[in-house]
Amino acid sequence: MYQQLSVFYKSFVGSFKDLLPIILVIAFFQFVVLQQPIPNISDILIGLILVVLGLTFFIYGLEMSLFPIGESMAHAFAKKGSIGWLLTFAFCLGFGTTVAEPSLIAVAKEAANVAATGGIIEKSVESQASYANGLRYTVAFSVGIAIVLGVLRIIRAWPIQYLILGGYVLVVIMTMFAPEWIIGIAYDSGGVTTSTITVPLVTALGVGLASSIKGRNPMIDGFGLIAFASLTPMIFVMIYGMVLS
Amino acid sequence: MILDLFLQILSTLKDTLLDVLPILSIILVFQLFIIRKPIPNVKKVGFGFFYVLLGLTLFLLGLEKALFPIGKMMAEQLTSINFLNSSGSLVDSLTWVDYGWVYAFAAAIGFSTTIAEPSLMSVALKAEEVSGGAIHSTSLRISVAIGVAIGISLGSYRIVVGHPIHYYIISGYIVVVIQTFFCPKLIIPLAYDSGGVTTSTVTVPLVAALGLGLASTIPGRSPLIDGFGLIAFASLFPIIAVMAYAQLTQFKTHDKTKGR
Repeated sequence: MYQQLSVFYKSFVGSFKDLLPIILVIAFFQFVVLQQPIPNISDILIGLILVVLGLTFFIYGLEMSLFPIGESMAHAFAKKGSIGWLLTFAFCLGFGTTVAEPSLIAVAKEAANVAATGGIIEKSVESQASYANGLRYTVAFSVGIAIVLGVLRIIRAWPIQYLILGGYVLVVIMTMFAPEWIIGIAYDSGGVTTSTITVPLVTALGVGLASSIKGRNPMIDGFGLIAFASLTPMIFVMIYGMVLS
Repeated sequence: MILDLFLQILSTLKDTLLDVLPILSIILVFQLFIIRKPIPNVKKVGFGFFYVLLGLTLFLLGLEKALFPIGKMMAEQLTSINFLNSSGSLVDSLTWVDYGWVYAFAAAIGFSTTIAEPSLMSVALKAEEVSGGAIHSTSLRISVAIGVAIGISLGSYRIVVGHPIHYYIISGYIVVVIQTFFCPKLIIPLAYDSGGVTTSTVTVPLVAALGLGLASTIPGRSPLIDGFGLIAFASLFPIIAVMAYAQLTQFKTHDKTKGR
């Protein structure tokens, strides 16, 4: 019990620390530069408390459930078993963690709002929800593909730079064909996808894999999965935009 | 008001249940049908999932009540005519220079959130290990934070002037490609990873809201075309910063060995 409380406290302090720099910067600009009162201060304060509490419970819960199982599974699949199952697991891991990624949920919703206001989609609850979900599942699918590619790279020892450069070339080509309104959100989706849930689990898979293959250095070969996961969503979201228009 | 909040929590909870369902079922299917072992500590795991659900719900609600409004409010206030007029310019003759505080705010948010980012700390420590101590983790974190600060303020400059985003990002890619040829090989995967790692769950919504707020208040910009893209800047510049830092340290040690 005591141990659990201390873990909870740690995750609370961690979430608060995440938020602290933002609060400090905003307070400085409000009081020193803008010298204006904050409207709806009570709502914002409640919101900030919810953010800290929510992040605390979220990370605390992840460390109790998803992280230990996911990590031991990633190690198990990395150590033995067929390549087929390993790749299936890699895809599912990338897909599943991305769907639950909080910042992606929030940004997709906002993107749907903007698209509805801009007249790209109908301004109704259903069409906005389906646009937001479409965006999220597109990103999740592309992260799944990215992790599969990254795992293949680790197994086959492909040099990472050529794959990334190839990805950049694809992004540039897609940009020429994609509709203008999707480009910003597509470029953003690369950075949005990889945070709280995805990074630790995917890193566990990469490092576990690199340490179980002879002659690989987990320090060097274990990394690079996140790099793929922040590149492929850009390409696939642009395709999503092309399909929609 | 408390009842209101409670109802909001309930309705968000329903949505988040759907959000966690895929990862929950993936774990269950793989554990029970492929690994074929019971889940250890089922009770603890069950509670854990409940906390994940609760946490995600509260967090998303908090985002909508606090982080999104704050980002938009800051954008509105920093670009409002009253605030800009205090520096003596007229509405019609506003140029990008008049939005100085916007860039300063963007840079401050970028720097402060990156320096406090836990996943960057672990990446920096690993980089120190990989390089055998040649790369210092604190200096690396500072250089990445400077990279993100420059990135986000350059991104808000782009929104102010309304340039197409791909010119900037593609030029960034060209820089990355050139750096890749000259950078120590060991650091390359880490550098590429650092781009995705630095943008945390709290930073992303705030920065997204800032961009959307800027695009909707600055005359002549549309949120649809110009609003997004700040996060792309924030995930490109760390890659450049990490490789630049690694190159600098390589350069320095090279210099020293030459001098001896």
